[in-house]
Amino acid sequence: MPVASHERRLGAGRLVRRVHRRSSLTACQGPPRELPPRRMKPAAFAYHAAETLEQALALKAQLGDEARWLAGGQSLLPAMNLRLARPAALIDLNPLAALDVIAPTADGGWRIGALTRYRGIERDARIARAQPLLSEALSQVAHPQIRNRGTLCGNLAHADPASELPAVMLALDARLHARSAAGARWIAAADFFRDIFTTALAQDELLIEVELPKLPARTGSCFLEVARRRGDFAMMGIAAVLTLDQDGICGHASLAYCNAGATPQRPRAAAQALIGRRVGAPEIDEAAALAQQAIDPPGSVQADAGFQRHLAGVLTRRALRRALERAAAPETPA
Amino acid sequence: MSATRHRVSLTVNGAPRTTEIEARALLSDVLRHELGLSGTHVGCEQGVCGACTVLFDGLPVRACLMLAVQATGHAITTVEGLAGADGTLDGLQTAFRDTHALQCGYCTPGILITMRAFLDEHPAPSEAEIREALSGNLCRCTGYQHIVDAVLLAAARRRAAA
Repeated sequence: MPVASHERRLGAGRLVRRVHRRSSLTACQGPPRELPPRRMKPAAFAYHAAETLEQALALKAQLGDEARWLAGGQSLLPAMNLRLARPAALIDLNPLAALDVIAPTADGGWRIGALTRYRGIERDARIARAQPLLSEALSQVAHPQIRNRGTLCGNLAHADPASELPAVMLALDARLHARSAAGARWIAAADFFRDIFTTALAQDELLIEVELPKLPARTGSCFLEVARRRGDFAMMGIAAVLTLDQDGICGHASLAYCNAGATPQRPRAAAQALIGRRVGAPEIDEAAALAQQAIDPPGSVQADAGFQRHLAGVLTRRALRRALERAAAPETPA
Repeated sequence: MSATRHRVSLTVNGAPRTTEIEARALLSDVLRHELGLSGTHVGCEQGVCGACTVLFDGLPVRACLMLAVQATGHAITTVEGLAGADGTLDGLQTAFRDTHALQCGYCTPGILITMRAFLDEHPAPSEAEIREALSGNLCRCTGYQHIVDAVLLAAARRRAAA
């Protein structure tokens, strides 16, 4: 089946489009570097089912870039089927059931593990209450069959700039926990996404969990996107978060956009236009205009960069109005 | 690279099955070529079309986006597992026949599996909910209207029988 006809739909079709447009695909390393013929089966690789976390991390340290982690596989497997990715080895995390976790942190935040699938997050009433932005965005990520397997951490490590979830992590100021055989470190979402399909993770590291900080009272959020069909990647998407003080003045604002550059884009000037002010239509218009200038959308045959900028303006205004209503509503996240 | 073979033991449509495969073998291909269950169709092999949808421990997944080696110890239901042992069609299959919800039939196994799981969770779905649930399955005979009709009919019959 020709990939091009489905390029706006989920998965590797988009990968192909991007590879055609850009000369390298850093997340999918290994020969050949030129565009491969359109084969539809993975090349041979060594399969290692993880026995323990320690064993898996030691193996990754030993194999380095030759090996890829396998969690949900909903981005990696399409890339392998198309032979855009030809890892020499896969280390399958699925036996490590302890990594499938959604748990509160001591300071009121939430942590989500490397094997936690979209489905589990989407149906978790605690997350819907405490982190409604994530729940709202997840309902727009691909299709139920994909969400039954795909994982949040795998999505972030894949770092597709058009994906909804990296933008959501930026807007929520998530912290990402990287583990290796040598130790562990926290990476701020703002430092994690380096380039298209490229993250701050070292070759021996696993993104073992994500931590979402507790949202203050009077916080409202909204995720909106425009896609050609339900479940498609968005032509443009926005994750908006804002917090009001007791007098209704905006104390914190965060806007992040997907499919708006080589990484998810967080135009700080747009957020600054809201902070310290009583947010109304003029402030929202100013933030939207600043965001439109700041983002760097790639453009595609369906939506050129100018149209993507137009969508960013429309979505910013809609999302901020809704986030504002939610922040002012009596029931804000606990 | 040496083609190491892995022994895989899984349950397919209620029966234990064991086979030896390469790690790179997709679940869709192993179901079709090793286990002889060719009802699971293969369309795009990149997770787009939904023709290969099977139930993995009760949940619909893309069989082309899973390695068969990952299925060890798990339960798979394919379209062959929907009908009774005597060949009696299940309610959804009957509704598909009654409303002419298939033309060439290529997408049908994936849609039946997807909508079977959907109906278990949504006994009284709206048309909009059905269309959203169908969004991950492509039908290129443009038969969506009849497919929606079939799912509505199957749901109504299920409720009437309950």
